[in-house]
Amino acid sequence: MDHILSATFLTGLLAAMMRMATPIIFGTLGEILSERAGVLNLGIEGIMLMGAMSGFLTTLHTGSLWLGVAAAALSGVLLALLMALLTVTLGLSQHVSGLGITLFSTGLAMFIYRLSVGSPVNPPTVTPFTQVALPALSSIPILGEAFFTQYALVYVAFLLIPVLWVLLYRTTWGLAIRTVGENPFAADTVGISVPLVRTLCLAAGGALMGVGGAFLTLAHQNMFLIDVVGGRGWISIAMVIFGNWDPVRGAAGALIFGLLDAFQLRLQALGVDLPFHLFLALPYVLTVVALVGVSRKSSAPAALLKPYRREEKG
Amino acid sequence: MRLVLKKRAPLPPWIRLLVPLGAILVTLLLSAVPILAAGGALWPSYASLFKGAVGTRYNFLETCVKAAPLTFTGLAVAFAFRAKFWNTGAEGQLLAGAIAATAAGVASSNLPPLLALLFVCGAGFLAGGAWAAIPAVLKTKYRVDDVVTSLLLNYVMWHIMGYLLFGPLQMPGSSWPRSAAIAESAHFPILLAKSRFHLGIVLALAAVFVVWFINSKTVFGYQARAVGVNQKAAAFAGIGVKSVILKTALLSGGLAGLAGVGEVAAIHHHLLMDISPGFGYSGIVIAMLGQLHPAGVALSAFFFSGIAVGAQSMSRITGVPTYIADVIQGMALLVMLVALLLTEYRIQAVRD
Repeated sequence: MDHILSATFLTGLLAAMMRMATPIIFGTLGEILSERAGVLNLGIEGIMLMGAMSGFLTTLHTGSLWLGVAAAALSGVLLALLMALLTVTLGLSQHVSGLGITLFSTGLAMFIYRLSVGSPVNPPTVTPFTQVALPALSSIPILGEAFFTQYALVYVAFLLIPVLWVLLYRTTWGLAIRTVGENPFAADTVGISVPLVRTLCLAAGGALMGVGGAFLTLAHQNMFLIDVVGGRGWISIAMVIFGNWDPVRGAAGALIFGLLDAFQLRLQALGVDLPFHLFLALPYVLTVVALVGVSRKSSAPAALLKPYRREEKG
Repeated sequence: MRLVLKKRAPLPPWIRLLVPLGAILVTLLLSAVPILAAGGALWPSYASLFKGAVGTRYNFLETCVKAAPLTFTGLAVAFAFRAKFWNTGAEGQLLAGAIAATAAGVASSNLPPLLALLFVCGAGFLAGGAWAAIPAVLKTKYRVDDVVTSLLLNYVMWHIMGYLLFGPLQMPGSSWPRSAAIAESAHFPILLAKSRFHLGIVLALAAVFVVWFINSKTVFGYQARAVGVNQKAAAFAGIGVKSVILKTALLSGGLAGLAGVGEVAAIHHHLLMDISPGFGYSGIVIAMLGQLHPAGVALSAFFFSGIAVGAQSMSRITGVPTYIADVIQGMALLVMLVALLLTEYRIQAVRD
C-alpha cells in the first residue's frame, strides 16, 4: 500500500495515463469529427493500424519521425476517402462499409509490413520520440514530470481537444458540420454541400486516427506488431458515445480509460500477485459498463448512419 | 458534374445469384495489384492459389476443414444481421465456445464417445450463446449500441482466455499458455482416411440446413426477419421484439461457439491462444457475400477457405505474403457492397 501512495508512484501513474490516453484521444476526436457530420466510421480500428504501420515503415526507411507521422496521417486520409466514396458518394451501409475498411486495411497493413521487412527473428525497431520537458511547467513537483515531460504528440493531442471544440461550437464551419449531421436537408437548402462537408470531415478524422496509430509505433513503442492497436479504435468509438459526441467529454473518457490502463500496468510492475490477464480485460469491461450508464441519455447526431440523397427527400 | 444514383426497375431474381460471382471475379482481378506489388508473376500466382486450394485431394479436403469454422461464424453473423442484431462479436463467442469445449473435453474422460461429443458441443454452444446474449440484453434493455459492445467483448474474452490458459486451464507442469489435452472420447472422428476431414464439417453442413429451416419454415425465423426489416412494424404486429433479439443472439452466438468447439475437438485437441486466426471477423465478410442466405454462406465460406489455404501454396511458390488472403477478404466485402448497390441503383453523371 505504501508504494501506491508514494509520490513516485503517482507521477509514474499520471505520466502513463497521459501516454495511454493519447492514441484514444486522437481516435476519439477523429471519430467525433466524422460522426458530427453524420458518418459512423467503423474503419477506425483498421485506419489506426495502417497509421501505425505506415508511420513505422516511413520512419524506419527515412529516419525521420515526423515524416512517419505525416505518412500515417496521409494513409488515414486515403482510407477515409475510400470510406467517403462508399458511404457518402454511394450511400452504402455505414456499418458494413466501416467493418469492410477495417478488415481491408488490417490485411493491407500486415501485407505491406511483411513485404517490406520479411520475417526476421527480431522485428526491426526505430529510435522513438523522446519526451520533451516544457520550460518552467515541467519543474512543478509531481505534476510537472507527469504532464509536462511528455512526447510532442501527447501535447498535440491535448491541444487538439480545445481546437476541435472551438471549431465545432464557435465557428461557421462547425455550424455547417453540425447542421449536416443533424439535418442535411436544411444544410442543403442554405447552400452547404452535404457530400463535401462529410467527405472533408471523414478525411480530417482519418488523419487524426492515422496519427493516433503512429503514436503507438513511434512513441509508445518502437516497433510494429500486428496487435499493436488492440481494440483502441473500438474504445475510441465507445468514448464518442460516452462523451455524448462532445470533444471535451470524449477526451475526458479517454483519460479515464488511460488511467485505468496505467493503473493495471503499474500494479503489474509492482509485482502485485493478481491475475494480470483479468486486469488487461478490465478497461474493456469498464468501457462497456460506462456505455450502459450513458446510452439511455446519449443523443447521436440525428442524421448519423443515414445516407443523404437529395432526390429521395421524404 | 456530379454523380447521381437512380433507382433501377427491379432486376430478375437470377441476378441475385450472379452478383456474388461477379464480386468474386472483380476481387480476384483487383488482387492482381497486391500480387504484382509483391513481385509475384500473375499467372503462376493465380495458378498456385487455385492448385493450393482445390488442386489435389488433400488440398481440397484441407479447404473443407477450414471452411467448417468459417461456415459456423458466417451463419452466426448472417442469422444475427438478418434480424439487424449487429453481432460483430463472433470472434469472442468462438473463443467462449472453444474454452467451454476444452473444459468439457478435459472432464469427459470417463464418458462414452457419443455422450462426450454431445457434452462438448452443448457446452460450446451454450457458452457462445451466453456471451452473445450480453450485447443483446444491453441493446434491448439499455439501448447500448450492439456493434461496439460485441466488438469490445471480443477483447474481454481474449483476455479471459489468457487468464485461464495461464491459470486454471493450463496444462499441469507446463509454462506455456496451453491447456491439457481433451479426452480422446471427445475428439471429433476423422471421416476420410489420409486427411483431416472430420465430423465438424458434416455438422457445419447440418447447421446450414437447420438455419435455412429456421429462417424459412418456422414462426421464429419469420419474426426475426420481420424485426430486421422494420422493428416498429414488427412490434405493432404483436411480435415480442426483445425476446426475438435475445433468441437470435443465443442462436447466433451458439453457432459461433460451435466454430470454437470444432477447432478444439477436431484440430488441436488443446486450447491455445492462437486457436482462431480471426474466423469470427471473416464471418462478417462471408455472411455478406452469401447475402445472409445459409447456402450462400456455405459457398462463400468454402471460397474464403480456399483463398486462405491456397495463399499458403502461393506464398511458398511465389513469395507473396500469406496476408494476401486477408487483403482479398477485405476487398471482397467492399466490392460486394458496391455490387449490391448496382443491383438497386444506376450511377449517372448529371450536370448541375
